Amino acid sequence: MNEPVDVLIVGAGASGAAAAWSLADTRMHILCLEQGGWMNPATYPSTGRDWEARFFGDFSPSPNIRARREDYPVNDDNSPIKVVNFNGVGGGTVMYTAHFPRLHPSDFRVQSLDGVADDWPIDYATLAPFFEENDRMMGVSGLAGDPGVPPRNPPMPPLPLGRSGAILGKAMNRLGWHWWPSDTTVATVDYEGRARCINLGHCTPGCAQGAKASTDITYWPAAMRAGVELRTHCRVREITTDEHGMAAGVVYYDAEGKEQFQAAHVVVLACNGVGTPRLLLNSASGRFPNGLANSSGLVGRNLMFHPYAQVYGYVAEATDSNRAPPTCLWSKEFYETDRSRGFVRGYTFQFGRGVGPVAEAVASEAKGLVPWGAGHHAAFRRLNGHRLSLSAICEDLPEDRNRVTLDPVLKDSDGIPAPRIDYRIGENTARMMEHGIARAKEILAAAGATDICVNSPILYGGWHLLGTARMGADPARSVVNEWGRSHDVKNLFIVDGSLFVTSGGVNPTSTIQALALYVADQMKQRLANLFD
Amino acid sequence: MSADSFLTPAQRDDLCAIAGVMIPASAEFAVPGADDPAIQADMLATLGRDAGAVREALDALARCAGQPFAGLDLARREAAAGEWRARGGAAVETLTRVVLQCYYRDDRVVRSLGLEPRAPYPQGHVLEDGDWSLLDPVRARPPMWRPT
Repeated sequence: MNEPVDVLIVGAGASGAAAAWSLADTRMHILCLEQGGWMNPATYPSTGRDWEARFFGDFSPSPNIRARREDYPVNDDNSPIKVVNFNGVGGGTVMYTAHFPRLHPSDFRVQSLDGVADDWPIDYATLAPFFEENDRMMGVSGLAGDPGVPPRNPPMPPLPLGRSGAILGKAMNRLGWHWWPSDTTVATVDYEGRARCINLGHCTPGCAQGAKASTDITYWPAAMRAGVELRTHCRVREITTDEHGMAAGVVYYDAEGKEQFQAAHVVVLACNGVGTPRLLLNSASGRFPNGLANSSGLVGRNLMFHPYAQVYGYVAEATDSNRAPPTCLWSKEFYETDRSRGFVRGYTFQFGRGVGPVAEAVASEAKGLVPWGAGHHAAFRRLNGHRLSLSAICEDLPEDRNRVTLDPVLKDSDGIPAPRIDYRIGENTARMMEHGIARAKEILAAAGATDICVNSPILYGGWHLLGTARMGADPARSVVNEWGRSHDVKNLFIVDGSLFVTSGGVNPTSTIQALALYVADQMKQRLANLFD
Repeated sequence: MSADSFLTPAQRDDLCAIAGVMIPASAEFAVPGADDPAIQADMLATLGRDAGAVREALDALARCAGQPFAGLDLARREAAAGEWRARGGAAVETLTRVVLQCYYRDDRVVRSLGLEPRAPYPQGHVLEDGDWSLLDPVRARPPMWRPT
């Protein structure tokens, strides 16, 4: 029998770690259950000669391909964009590019400014102190003075421009378009116990150097020193409720597959925009027949991904290829609404430095750029180490039809129903992607690139899982209130990307973590009347 | 189960033959073909989770060939391989990727590309700082983000 805890957090990724660390101030008994285990950086792909091949196998970003025991399958057959994630202590921060922009102020006011979707119940100014705190905890490198974003002061200097950044920067200057070195969570100097980046290059599937911030090496050590308990290889099946309709605790399967019950006074969900609605829907009961916290019917609806329109080409000069962190610059030239473009809202360009030889070979063979036979070698040598790429990260507007439900057949290794994704790209977003492709081609032309290729959308590009338990003041139009508490179950909170009302056009991890810190702060301020 | 037993002897012969059609040896670039014994050994030793798809692809290749693919002369191999490639599918993609990922990590091939045959960690790489004056015209721009 497990002793009841004050706060139970489900999920040890980006948001769960931040919330746990913040709530540790209260000295309450805080427990986090995580379905995966601790990662061992000595086993990350960049430590072996098969470093590129493992991206297609046990370190694939797709849980369906990776298929580790701690991964749950996802039926995403009815989506042009496949879900990618990572399960383990650190969650998606173990396997991300470390690109770390924030939502813009306008992203919180899309209805007021552009007449689409809904405004958020909070604004940029509310989150600003939590963005700052999170930048310090995760360790952000970047360069102040960017006219494209509100002022911020990254605690570390930016990554070098490198060859790729310089070529792209010159091209953007020729066009007169905005660009700036990206904010990243890659340490450019020794920082809080983390060694500085040495340009392993293969950052996404885990950083063996420990230079890339993942919450297993940032928030979690601090949270555990402050007394938070983290229990790994524990997969939560459902949240149970008591006779008053309050969350009583969770049923989970431990590392041996044994069913356990954990009682808690407060339950906090941090399972991402697919895992959280899955758990709420799996927690249906006689009192909550449509799933927990779902009186609005919005649990699982309004799924947003950020469709990526990727364009790349090849220049005569050598690029950085795989020998540096994969992203180098961003552009906000097309971020804010300009209705003359034929769509509202906008996108960020994210610029890539290049790829390694195996990735180049696989991609260029598939695109028909490299033939079989005697001509293979010369063609490959012309391309390898010469790639420049960029992606338009397009704002995805919330649409009711895009949703997470429970698959009637598919189950994980513990027999828990798996999520099903039904998603299609909206018309506004599709126009935005076409615009981004056209502008990207202009940029590559200005850089002197040839052999232009397009991947739109990136098939395995469902990194950003947003909107499926949105926040809002109106219980009929949102799942949680303006400080993350369920409208229906007053001791149930959500802190992950499910909260997003709209997606913006940036990688969301910075904003997800700022939101988690904000919700935790709200809880701390209201401890005396948290359930009123 | 030994690595070799993922494939039958005939399938191993066909894998070697199709790899050689894809990437033949080159005297000009002083590199082996993908049918090189060391590269083939790497493929067989690391097939792992790809074994099922590779078997499926090789069976399809043999059907295109009308007989064991390795038994064809070069011209007929190229014709059968072209038909097999044109039909495509996930299994063909997997086999192609298996050949490429083993070929482009072979020490001789990696060196021929001007790269060091090693894992990225622990040595890492050197990244040029770049010319930061390129940012001067961007710094001069007024704020672009929309206040609310």
